[in-house]
Amino acid sequence: MADSGVSGGADKKDNIEREKIEGKELTKEEKQRLRKEKKQQKKGKEKKDASLPQVSVAETAAPASQLKAERRARQEAERTSKQSKKGDTGQPATTSKPKIPPNELQPVVKRLPEHIQVDDPDVLKKLAKKLERQQIPRRLDYGYKVSLFSHLLQYSRKAPLTQQLSIPSAVIHPAIVRLGLQYSQGIVAGSNARSIALLHAFKQVISDYTTPSNEELSRDLVNKLKPYISFLNQCRPLSASMGNAIKYIKKEISNIPSQFKEDDAKKKLLNCIECFIEEKIVLAAKAIAKSSIEKINDGDVILVYGCSSLVNHILCEAFEKGRKFRVIVVDSRPRLEGREALRRLVQKGISCTYVLISAVSYILPEVSKVFLGAHALLANGYVMSRVGTSQIALVAKAFNVPVLVCCETYKFCERVQTDSFVSNELDDPDDLIVTRKGETQLKDWQQVPRLGLLNLVYDVTPPDFVDLVITDLGMIPCTSVPVVLRVKNVDLL
Amino acid sequence: MELQAVLMAAGGGSRMTDLTYNTPKPMLPVGNKPLMWYPLNLLERVGFEEVIVITTREVHKMMSTDPKTKLDIKMKLDVVCIQEDGDMGTADALRHIHQKVKTDILVVSCDLITDVALHEVVDLFRAHNATVAMLMSKAHEFTETVNVPQRDFVGVDQSGKRLLFMANEADLEDGLIVRRSIIRKHPRMHIKTGLVDAHLYCLKKAVVDFLAENKSISSIRGELVPFLVRKQFSKMTSGQKRMDDTETVDQKNDGLTNDDLFFPSRDEALLQLAQERSCWNDHRGDMSEAYHGGKLRCYVHIMDQGLCYRVNTLSAYIEANRMAPKFIEEPAVHPSAVISERFQMGSDSMIGAGCHVADKTSIKRSTIGISTTVKEKVKVTNSIIMHGVTIEEGCNIQGSVICSNAVIGRGADLKYCLVGNGQRIEPEGDTYSNTKKSILLEVSVTFGLV
Repeated sequence: MADSGVSGGADKKDNIEREKIEGKELTKEEKQRLRKEKKQQKKGKEKKDASLPQVSVAETAAPASQLKAERRARQEAERTSKQSKKGDTGQPATTSKPKIPPNELQPVVKRLPEHIQVDDPDVLKKLAKKLERQQIPRRLDYGYKVSLFSHLLQYSRKAPLTQQLSIPSAVIHPAIVRLGLQYSQGIVAGSNARSIALLHAFKQVISDYTTPSNEELSRDLVNKLKPYISFLNQCRPLSASMGNAIKYIKKEISNIPSQFKEDDAKKKLLNCIECFIEEKIVLAAKAIAKSSIEKINDGDVILVYGCSSLVNHILCEAFEKGRKFRVIVVDSRPRLEGREALRRLVQKGISCTYVLISAVSYILPEVSKVFLGAHALLANGYVMSRVGTSQIALVAKAFNVPVLVCCETYKFCERVQTDSFVSNELDDPDDLIVTRKGETQLKDWQQVPRLGLLNLVYDVTPPDFVDLVITDLGMIPCTSVPVVLRVKNVDLL
Repeated sequence: MELQAVLMAAGGGSRMTDLTYNTPKPMLPVGNKPLMWYPLNLLERVGFEEVIVITTREVHKMMSTDPKTKLDIKMKLDVVCIQEDGDMGTADALRHIHQKVKTDILVVSCDLITDVALHEVVDLFRAHNATVAMLMSKAHEFTETVNVPQRDFVGVDQSGKRLLFMANEADLEDGLIVRRSIIRKHPRMHIKTGLVDAHLYCLKKAVVDFLAENKSISSIRGELVPFLVRKQFSKMTSGQKRMDDTETVDQKNDGLTNDDLFFPSRDEALLQLAQERSCWNDHRGDMSEAYHGGKLRCYVHIMDQGLCYRVNTLSAYIEANRMAPKFIEEPAVHPSAVISERFQMGSDSMIGAGCHVADKTSIKRSTIGISTTVKEKVKVTNSIIMHGVTIEEGCNIQGSVICSNAVIGRGADLKYCLVGNGQRIEPEGDTYSNTKKSILLEVSVTFGLV
């Protein structure tokens, strides 16, 4: 493989020689290519040398001592064996991971993400080191955690991460700081909103980015984005949709051909981001609305839970198309997001009823359909959504009411989870404290021993309770999610 | 870059003329450091690396030459000198440096001494994409009583963060008028009067551009901020008639629309998209979206704990001196001071560099400036002694302010007095005392301010 690289390099070298002769300045990319060729040639030479140890020893023994030469030969032998194992195409080792061809079955050891291993001190140490390297302050845990969830992070909203940052933030782009603040204070909430806001911030980062000299945009920009992503993760753990969006952007950046000038590359990236939002979020919502409207009949009583931007959109579209239905909005503490959903639906003119989740079994006999939004769809068909959704799906199943989950395909996630404990998010426990009639019962909850406040954000609904998933690819059963994922992966490659 | 800091140090100190007669206000010593040092220290601690300082030539000269007033600040200070005539208001000064302003700015006044966590103010500015975010503090007891007809009325919403109403009593002739548009959007408003405006503002760049075009506004605090607060609730287009307000104060500003101040950020459509899909609202109970769809937002952070002083009156100056040791990490007694052994010093006192303090002196709750000489048997209580003062033996100084280079003769007895710059008090003088506890301006006249 190194030979082919060398031969290919030789061609490119000829090009460069020609250009030199023609009197043109070597461009930055060509200089880098030259450097790469030289390195490849050196490696090729070393490989040849390793196969003839005596020759190399003879060559290098002249000025240096015998021991040094032997050590070098041993190192080269190790290096070439490593190269052949990894299937290296001769590129210098600046890329982070070697590419694993898709059809090769390799035992992949999946690393557990750090944010669900908080009770392991080694993982914490590693995380602290990583953050220190990226110059990002670490947000501290707050309060007593219920033992079942002690492996998760719990932050306080009153201690924002910006406390530890310098005020004109130099390390982190101001758009990202603003975004992180908005996430941690809950101003931008809901997985679609968070993804769009993230992409908007990335657009600003990319517009303000300038490639430093001796660096390539495709590699340097990805490295610039890594600390920002860590920062956002510290402010609020990333959602699955955000993770997919980031993967997409990173792939787009790495695929920028090196001949592109900086302005063209930036324009292309901004275009890609806009396309992503337009296709995967806006148009997907339109497609889902179109399919769902077929499922909504006149005289329906539709139950929704919390505030899902997609479900609200569907209902508003259906109402505009002239379907006659009424909506029951179910809400739960402490977020009480249903009030916002209620406001939006009533503003359109839809007649709504509002109940708390404790009244769900009371109200279900009236309901004809349940529409639920999703935060992510997992690879085993489970639906991850706001805490309380699985409860609603369970009760609806008991009453034989069809449950329809609406979800765009960009929220499909390769994770597999069967319970809500393993990976979840713990919100600020002080949100559970409420003042009624001038009295705040839980004011000193930290002083009471053995009292823990738990404010879960997500839960997982098994596919037996979900009758249909409406996506922009059509209406599929819950168990077809892995098929969609596989199809998506093949498309990407 | 996110924020640029601007320090306003051209003020004249109109309310403490006796002190500022010889020394310009930004250079007045508080805890043996010039007054300017405190806001600059605050900015430096928080992480700013450069500050634009707007000041007079005199102050600039003092900053760079006078060793007594050197600043120990590691930030880069970009000094802009303006004329001293005092006609230039703070907004005029901003207009003057309009070319240097490239991003949003943080405006601080040189007389602000505070230990606020600055991120609280800036976070409001960032998170809500506010047009202006300011800092206010609950007033302390020493400040002039509330009967002064210069009360500020500040109206905030239920969360205590959004600024709905701001007016000074002097501008309200008929009484406090609250527009119906405000009440319709925010039915519960808390109006506070006992607040100290710290004169710390985060302003969007669009506001500075707006100032550059509208030359009628000359003061940030007096005109610009109330104008912005009012503009939050005015209609979006100028064509529509405003039906519900009877204010005559802002007649001249009627022509300006909200659109002048609202410069859309990049990809406004995308931001709108994100906001529409977000399930957050800043108020509830009515049908409108977050922020009532308004693009102009003013926020305030009200400190209820911690120190915040604006040193623009004499009593504020004295109080600040008393609190100064809390801000400064240096030891109370400067290492280069020559202190004798039989000498009593209280814990609240501060002794500056190069002082000579002789035997049997007693210094309690006072600040002694740089290069002062205190001879034997002197009792100094509750006073502020500035630089280069000589206090002869046997003096008794209580509750006074002695300005630079004064000489207090032997055996003088001063109570609650203010001695001007370079004055001489005759030895064995009569008990110059001021029976009232506050320092009167007339008394200082008898000491002969030249």
